[in-house]
This record gives sequence, structure tokens and C-alpha cells, in this order.
Amino acid sequence: MTDENSENKMNITRRHMLAGMASIPALAMMGGALKASDYPTAAVNTSGLAVTDDTVTVGILHSITGTMAISETGSVQAEKLAIEQINASGGVLGRQIEYIQEDGGSDWPTFAEKAKKLLVQDKVASVMGCWTSASRKAVLPVFEQYNGMLYYPTFYEGLEQSPNVIYTGQEATQQIIAGIDWVSETKDAKSFFLLGSDYIWPRTSNKIARKHIEKLGHKVVGEEYYPLGHTQFNSVINKIKLRKPDVIYAIVVGGSNVAFYKQLKAAGIDMTKESPLLLTISVTEDEILGIGGENIDGAYACMKYFQSLDNPNNMEFVKAFKERWGDEIVIGDVTQAAYLGPWLWKMAVEKAGSFDVDKVREASPGLEFNKAPEGYVRIHENHHLWSKTRVGLAKPDGQYELVYETADLVEPDPFPEGYQ
Amino acid sequence: MNITRLFDRSEWLGFAAIAAILLILFPSVIDIFRLNLVGKYLTYAFVAVGLVLCWGHGGILSLGQGIFFGLGGYCMAMFLKLEASTPENTSIQSTPGIPDFMDWNQLTELPWWWEPFNSLAFTIVAIIVVPSILAFIIGQAMFQRRVGGVYFAIITQAIAAILTILIVGQQGYTGGINGITDLRTLLGWDIRTDSAKYILYFVNVILLLGVVMIAQFVKVSKFGRLLVAMRDKEDRVRFSGYNVSDFKVFIFCLAAAFSAIGGAMFTLQVGFMSPSFVGIVPSIEMVIFAAVGGRLSLFGAVIGALLVNFAKTTFSETFPELWLFAMGGLFIAVVMAFPNGLAGIYSTYVKPLIARILPNEQKAANAAQATKVPTKALAE
Amino acid sequence: MIGDYTYVEFSSILAMQGFAGLSLFSVFVLMALGLAIIFGQMGVINMAHGEFMILGAYVTYFCSLFFQEYLPSLFGIYFFIAMILAFFVSGALGVVVEWLMIRHLYKRPLDTLLATWGLSLILQQFYRSVFGAREVGVTLPDWLLGSISLTDIIDVPINGLFVMAITLTITLGVAFIMYKSTWGKQIRAVVQNRTMAGAVGINTKMVDRMTYGLGCGIAGVAGSAFTMIGSTGPTAGQLYIVDTFLVVVFGGAASLLGTIASAFTISQAQSTMEFFMSGSTAKVLTLLTVVGILMLRPQGLFTLKIRR
Repeated sequence: MTDENSENKMNITRRHMLAGMASIPALAMMGGALKASDYPTAAVNTSGLAVTDDTVTVGILHSITGTMAISETGSVQAEKLAIEQINASGGVLGRQIEYIQEDGGSDWPTFAEKAKKLLVQDKVASVMGCWTSASRKAVLPVFEQYNGMLYYPTFYEGLEQSPNVIYTGQEATQQIIAGIDWVSETKDAKSFFLLGSDYIWPRTSNKIARKHIEKLGHKVVGEEYYPLGHTQFNSVINKIKLRKPDVIYAIVVGGSNVAFYKQLKAAGIDMTKESPLLLTISVTEDEILGIGGENIDGAYACMKYFQSLDNPNNMEFVKAFKERWGDEIVIGDVTQAAYLGPWLWKMAVEKAGSFDVDKVREASPGLEFNKAPEGYVRIHENHHLWSKTRVGLAKPDGQYELVYETADLVEPDPFPEGYQ
Repeated sequence: MNITRLFDRSEWLGFAAIAAILLILFPSVIDIFRLNLVGKYLTYAFVAVGLVLCWGHGGILSLGQGIFFGLGGYCMAMFLKLEASTPENTSIQSTPGIPDFMDWNQLTELPWWWEPFNSLAFTIVAIIVVPSILAFIIGQAMFQRRVGGVYFAIITQAIAAILTILIVGQQGYTGGINGITDLRTLLGWDIRTDSAKYILYFVNVILLLGVVMIAQFVKVSKFGRLLVAMRDKEDRVRFSGYNVSDFKVFIFCLAAAFSAIGGAMFTLQVGFMSPSFVGIVPSIEMVIFAAVGGRLSLFGAVIGALLVNFAKTTFSETFPELWLFAMGGLFIAVVMAFPNGLAGIYSTYVKPLIARILPNEQKAANAAQATKVPTKALAE
Repeated sequence: MIGDYTYVEFSSILAMQGFAGLSLFSVFVLMALGLAIIFGQMGVINMAHGEFMILGAYVTYFCSLFFQEYLPSLFGIYFFIAMILAFFVSGALGVVVEWLMIRHLYKRPLDTLLATWGLSLILQQFYRSVFGAREVGVTLPDWLLGSISLTDIIDVPINGLFVMAITLTITLGVAFIMYKSTWGKQIRAVVQNRTMAGAVGINTKMVDRMTYGLGCGIAGVAGSAFTMIGSTGPTAGQLYIVDTFLVVVFGGAASLLGTIASAFTISQAQSTMEFFMSGSTAKVLTLLTVVGILMLRPQGLFTLKIRR
């Protein structure tokens, strides 16, 4: 991306943003209920979806059993909350949303199987679901074959752009480039140690990170991968100590995360001293619950949403979420992205005046959502979201404190030229 | 051996019943969506049939059948992926003509060991041969040194773990944790359409029936009797002048080949292959299918694979949060109360009943009773 | 200069890497000891071993909550109480499981493997239903956090030292029980010749039950100790299972000394290789080497000569 280009994009962004804000007053989003009688079922549903005069059925497809249940619980809660809120505010085209929830069981063929059931048997109008890339890759041919619409919440490696998926999380470049720019500008970081769990997302992300670091003229002093579920990180911590990087760039996931941060702290690396500084893109507030706030105090995370964001939308969202699911709960990046799914779908349907997937797809690019807890977002032609990237500092209470956010929305670029 | 002597009369009935259910009943009453699921379950039955031979009859418990299932599936997936990755389909890639995941991992040409998978003939041979060779190496090394029982189980388990880590780690060559996805056509024939799924289902069932016949042939041959003898008193067989380890290697390879066929059919029917079918968990689940059906019964294996998977799907649809309880309970119940599985229940309770109703079945039932292995013999 | 590093750096790293190897070693011993006792004594394959460990971890978690809430002044020592509780809770569950399940399966060792796998599924779902699907963070007392700085580069993690101390204590305790106490003599007698042991008046059934309980109890303590370095969640137990089995099998099933020797070999090999190559590669190579050696020497490193 050249400077000229990005300047151009920013202008467009700002203009669109202002226009968006002016045209849709925030309250109208919640309050302006449409009447079902104005939209006869035969007209809004020409493709045989599960739509009646008063209801429309959607699917929720996540793992609630198996190893991924830990991560996907929050997404299910967010999606249900969004659906309930939409129903309370009058539904979609005057119809109440009903959902059918299916369990992917942390097993990819099960995801494909259940996706097919939702689309073929239940004729759902859209599906909110999937978490891991592997599950998305497994259901993708099903959605393309039966022409369904999937709202996928997780930040992921990119390299994909399906007409049947709206990606409500960030793709890798959105998350990575802004963070590395920030750390090299404000923290004067020159050398990086890249670390990740051994699978596609960390590897692709680190590849983008490495390219960008080298572009900035900085150095990568190490790049390491450990199998998923690995619990012993002493050796790599020693290597980090030896190579003395300015930044540890960590993309460790799952149970390994807990082990990594506990052992890092025990080995005498105090992240609050920022030498080395730790920057991660894989630890949300959800993960901190398991890691323990005191073990990750002082680390920086780069993503698009933190629970602590100080804006009216987010305050309202956090309050509603806690009322619905309990005070103890924390909300991470993916949970927020999952919350966007039902809203973006509702808006696309109402803009199209139809539940038909083809029309919803057509209506989606350019859709703007002001009430998003993360702030204003817009759907790009490539089905990803324009969104801001933020850096947060982990606090001992398990929350992030916002230290930086990009001035403008970052353009999603799932097939980044020069980063592959 | 004369084919009619392959099964005794009641076994012929059983075989015919299973064939009728799978080939006539299911396709006529179940819609294509569920039928495709049944087809998927039946691919596990290939593994279970192999396990009946090598575990039930041979006493060799492998916790690594997922390795062979996966290898077979990956061979098939490689062929299909290459076919899907024509230069036209992949023109947006920086190197058109190679699978998409290779392009993402900066591979600029097809690795040499992928090349042969452009040929369907080679692929079909590889599906059987590659897993068999691996099984041969593992078996040769372990059975020559008389490793058996629990040790063998744990080592095969470790190999499954190693293979999973390797596949996930070498994502440029294997597709990593996402596996090889988005498979479309077989020699230009779209495998995703409903009609293709019907055809694949029938191919699958016929292959499975074929595998059951082969297994039955092995079971009733002299070799099959030696196998049981080895399981119960290995030393005596050895002292009688037989080379025990060769027999074990053979039966292990045969089971591996069966699993691999299942894996290949799985890829064809499900449309992708991923490392999650190679690891420890699927491998153990496959043992459970055989255990539930009855570790000594080939038909039981087929029924076990169907029933357990059907239960899994149903439970996880109806009580998603409870299905692990049900599955765990099923494992324990089968092992503790019905070590011969459903087939054991059948031959203990149902068969005598049939025999009473149909007197000329009496002889067959008696014969079956006589050859039935007593529970005690299951002990090592 | 050695490579890119100065002599001081290099020797510090050698020391640190040695320490990393030692902590991995104590983790392996702790994981494997309980399994080695059960497997060695009864030939039972306890696939639910990981879940017994996680039970201990959950006990520790609830202890930490309890002490934070009601006895904050004693928070500094809660970990010891938690470990003792973990031992008894996991041990008690072990005794119950033995009574309900395992004792019916002694003659079918391969079947214990399947039945305990079923048990592990049930326990996992139980943890998930009761304690929630998310991982929980166990708060540690302050004195267990941080490290002792020896030089600029060398920091010795306190919790690493603590795990080593626990491992040493438990190993000595087990050695004492097995080789000095009456109970231990009974256990060994039963292993060597069950019929004769019964004939001379040893209650072999009771010995079995208690041994199984002991093995599970040690798993509980291990789980409790691992809250310091790993994660606590419904499926976290699965992370340990392959390593644990390999350590036990590699050591030669019936020998405690073998288990320790094998834990030492595997941990040193793994941590040395991890230093020279990426973690994934090191892991694959370690596992391959172990499997390779086991194929050549199936009886493991050490074996007991027993009459079968």
C-alpha cells in the first residue's frame, strides 16, 4: 500500500462515515420497526426459505461440546442476545427471528453436516456460526452449493473471499499491520521474536508480520511454532532471553496460551517493564480468564474491540450482555464480532426488502452499522468489514486499557499483495 | 473354497439382510441428506470390519486405525484437489495450477510426490498400498519383537499423534489443520450433486459388502482359525511351527487396507479430508464402533458403526450438552456388560429364539454356539 | 565467542536450558508416576488419567477461591492444603471407580482402556456442565510467583523449583511406600505372584483398590501442581495423555525407576532439541525417537523379571 493510496482511502472512509452517521440516526436502528403486512411473505421470500407471516428462522452453528466449546460459548451468547434485541425492537421486516441452534462438536465434518441440515432441511435464511478456520473451510462448499449466507465472527488469516460469507471479524492484515506500525513508532521497536501455535492462522499471520517488519527495515530475530496444546515453553523463553528482541510477537492459542504466559512470568520476564514488550493478536478478555490477569499484566493486544471501550454503544452493549448472561462474564473481540452478525443480516434484509440470499448478498456491500459496540463499521465489497484497529494494554483485573486506535477505518485486504 | 460355504445358512441370512437394508431399504425411505450421512457412517464400518479381524480375532488392538483411514483419505483428496486446481480455476493465484493452500504457502511448483496423484489409477493403487506399507513397517518392527497387547496399542496411538502433528505442521504440502478442502469433481463428474451422492452411496455399500466378504473368507479359512489360536495361546501356535509374527503383520496390513478404502470413500462422500480424522480420538472411536457391534462379528461391526454414529448425531441434535455422557456411558456399558457387543446379545438371546421357531436352524445355532469364543478367552 | 553469543551468554543458556530440562523432567515424573503405579501394578490402562489430574486442578481452584473469600490471611499456604485435598478427592474417586468398574475388568486389560476412555468422556462433560466450558485461572500466592535472579540472564522460576520439590517429595514418598511399608510389600507381592500373595493371606482385592486410589491421588496432586504452569479446563487433561503413556511405556511398565529414567531421557532430549529447532519439529523428533527405540526394545528401558 503506497502512501498516496492510503490517503485516498482514508478520505473516502471519512466521507462515507459522516454520510452514514447523518443518514441513519442511531435510535432509528433499534426503534424503527417495519410491519410484516407491508412485506407479504410471497414477495420477500421467493427461494423457499423458512419465512412465515410472523417469523423467520436463522441458524446458530457453533461448538458447544468438545475442545472448542471454551471459545465458542461467547459467540453463541452474543448472537442470541442480538437476536433477542432485534426481536424486541420489532424483528426483521416485521418478523420475529427464531433460531435453530446446532452443535458442531468441535468436529469439522459435523459442522459441514449440520450446515447442510440447516440449509437443506430447516431452510434457514442465514447462519451465524463457525469459529475456527478449519470449520469454516469445511462448511464453505456447503454454503456455496446450497447458496446460504454465513456470518463468521473470528479474526482469521484471510486468503478467502466467498460470496456466501460475511466476515465480521478482522482478517490478518487489518489486525497485524497497524499493530506493528504502532509498536515500531511509539515504542521504537527494532527487533521482533515471532512465536505461534503450529497451524495456519499463526503461520500466515507471522508471515505477514515478518514481511511488514522487514519492510519497515526492522529485524526478525526468531520465529518458532509449537504444536497445538503444547504446555512447555521454557526452551523458547530461554531463546527469547538470549536473542533479546524488543518485541515478542505471540500468536499462541488455546490451552497453550495459559501455559505460555504463566511460564513467561515465572521465568522473570516482567511484561510491565516492556523489555521485551509483548504484543499478541490471540489473547482476548476471554482467554485472560484462564490465564489469570496477574500473569499477563503489561502485555499489549492488537485487535478491533476491547470490553473497556469507552463509547455509548459499547456501554449499552456490555450492560445488556451482563444483564442477559450474568455479571461475571467478559466480552472479547470475537464475541463482539459475533454480535454484529444478526444486526448486519437484519440491515441487509431490510435494505433489500427481501430474505432471499441473493438479494441480501447484493445489499450487503456498503452497509453501514453505527450501533456496533466497536463503533462505526461498514461492509466492504470483499465481504469483510472496514473497522478500526486498536491496541490495548492488559491490566491485572483481566481487562484491556485502550492505548491506541487507528484514526480511520482500516481496509480489509484478504489477499494482500506483497505479503504472501 | 466354494463361495456358498463362505457363510453358514444363518450368516447368509444376516448378510442378505444387511445388504437389503443398505441397498434397498435405506435408499428408498431416507432422503439424500440423511443417506449421505449413512454413507459417511458406513466408511467407518470399513475400519470396524478391519478391527474385528485384527482385534477381535487376532487380539491385536490398534489405537491408530485413524492413521490408515487418514492416509487413504488423503490419497483420494490429493487426486481430487489436483483435479480441482486446474490453471483456469486457480488463475487468481500467483502460481496457477497448484492447490490453493500451496500457493498461500509460497510453493511455486507442485512437490514431486504430489505429481503421481494426477493419475486416478495411481491414486487407487496408492490408497491401498501406502497404508499397507506403513502397516507392514510398523507390524514387522513390533511383531518380530513380540510386542503386543497394551504396548502395541500405545505405540500405535503415539504414531497417530506424530502423524497429526506432521500433517498440521507441514501445511504447505498437506493443507495443515484445515485439511484438503473444496473438492469438486472426479474425472469431470461433479461429486457434490445429489445424484452423485446416490451413486457414491451405492459404490460405498458394495465395496463394504465386498470387504465383509473378504473378511469372512479370512475368518473361516485355516488362517482365521490360526488367528484365534494365536490370540488365545500364542506360544502354542509358535511351538507348532507357525511364524506368528508373519500372520500378525498380514492381518494388520489387511485391516489397514480396509481402513484406507473407508478413508477414500469418506473423502469422496464428505468432500474434504482433514487431520482431525487421523489423530487419537477418531482412532479410539473407531475401536468403539467395533466393540459396540461385537468385536467378533463382521456384521456387528457394520451395525455398530451405524448405530453409534446415528446415536451421536441424534444425541447431539437433541441434547447437545449431554451427548458425551451418553457416549461415555455407552462405552462403559458395552465393555462391562456386553463384551461381545450387539452381536453377542443377538447370539445369546435372539438366535436361540429363532432356532426354536425354525427347527432346521437348530444345527447351525448349535454350531455357532460351539465356535463362539467364551468371554474368558477375551482375557490375554 | 561461540556462534553469535559470548561465552557468558552461552554458558548461562546452557544452565537455563539444563534447568528447563529438569523442570520438564519433574513435570513428566509427576504426570507418569500415578499411571506407572496403576499400570505396573495392575496392568490397567487408565485413559482417564488426565481427567483425574484435572480434578485435582479444579480442587485447587476452588481452594483458592475459598481462601480468598474466607481465610485471606492464610492464602499464602493454601496451596499445600489444596494439594492434600486434591490427593484425597482424586484418590477417593479412584477408589470408587475401581469398585464400580475396574475390578470387573482385571482379566481384560485392553478393555480397561476402552472403559476408562468412556469414563474420561463422562468426566470431561461433567466438568464442563458443572464448572463451565471456559478455562479457569487459579490465583497463586505471591511467594510462588516470579523468579530468583542469579545473573543478568539466569532467572530461576520459583514455581519451577516448587514443582521439582513436590516431585521429589512424592517420588520419595512413593518409594518409601513401595519398598518400606507393609502395604508396599503387599503390593509388590501381588504384582509378582497374585495367587501366592492371596494364599499367604494378603487381601489382594483391597490392595488393588488402594493402589488404584493411590495412583489416582498422585494424578490429583500432579494436576494441582500443574495449575502453576498450565491451563485448567474441562479438556486440559487430554493434553498430557500421550506424553504420559509414552513415558510409562518407555520406562518399562512395572518399574518405578524405569519411569523416572525414561522421564529424564525424554525430557532432556526434548528440551535440547527444542533449543536447536522449532518446537513442533522437536516434538515430532522426540516422539519418533521414542517410538523407534520402543520398536527395537519393546520391553522399555527397565523391566521386572516376573513369572507370567
